[in-house]
Amino acid sequence: MNTVAQLNEQRDTVPAGRPEPALLPPVDVVEDATGITLYADLPGVPKDKLSLRVDGDQLTVEGDMALALPQGMAASHAEVTLSRYRRTFTLSKELDADKVSAELSNGVLRLRIPKADHAQPRKINVQVN
Amino acid sequence: MYRSLFSRDVFAELDRLQRDLQSAFDYSPAIRGLGRGGFPALNVGTAPTSVDVFAFAPGLDPSSIDVNLDRGVLTIAGERKETLPASDEKTTLHIHERPSGRFRRVVSLPDDVDPNAVSASYRDGVLQVSIKRRESAQPRRITVQ
Repeated sequence: MNTVAQLNEQRDTVPAGRPEPALLPPVDVVEDATGITLYADLPGVPKDKLSLRVDGDQLTVEGDMALALPQGMAASHAEVTLSRYRRTFTLSKELDADKVSAELSNGVLRLRIPKADHAQPRKINVQVN
Repeated sequence: MYRSLFSRDVFAELDRLQRDLQSAFDYSPAIRGLGRGGFPALNVGTAPTSVDVFAFAPGLDPSSIDVNLDRGVLTIAGERKETLPASDEKTTLHIHERPSGRFRRVVSLPDDVDPNAVSASYRDGVLQVSIKRRESAQPRRITVQ
């Protein structure tokens, strides 16, 4: 018989190689002649808890919520049960992952990925403005 | 198998399964319910001194959010403007998951909340409404004479 603490521990330990569970944020993706604009709903994520990564052709958006919870609070109703968002997209060759720009305001992330003249796949770091 | 009279839609089946499970676990909901889903998602937290409602509503103008507390029923309403550019021949909408338009959600609060001590703040797309509980309802230590 497992105690609650043991069960919680099992749930919290993440098996190696498998990412821990996260919420899938809803997105809008619009393409125009010069590039792609991505909007993602990330309510509760401050700028410093947002991480954007480009690894090969994989673009990953990840963010942690920071909510001001009062002392001794217990959830009596919860529709949002995780505090992390994660979503990965596969970029196509003509997109220039080097020139991704991002802005975050009121929990909405706006990413602009311009199209490149020459597709040059490489690894880069994305800075959040 | 009475349900097999009609052709099965896998999503409808999943929806039914979810409702069945929900009613199996939550067999005595409040009279006004506390409907799941919809925009914005709500979390309600209860602390000894306050009740906090978190509405996950990103991309709003804080002044346009309408928060009302009437006899223990909290209503959060507002409108989320469509941010997408008008679709034409040059633009293509590949994924469209973010909701827009008017919304309204209602939560019934515990009886011991103080309607005169409400504060609301909007940060990083989360609306937090904090309602203090009445002094008389808060836990206290009673001295034995």
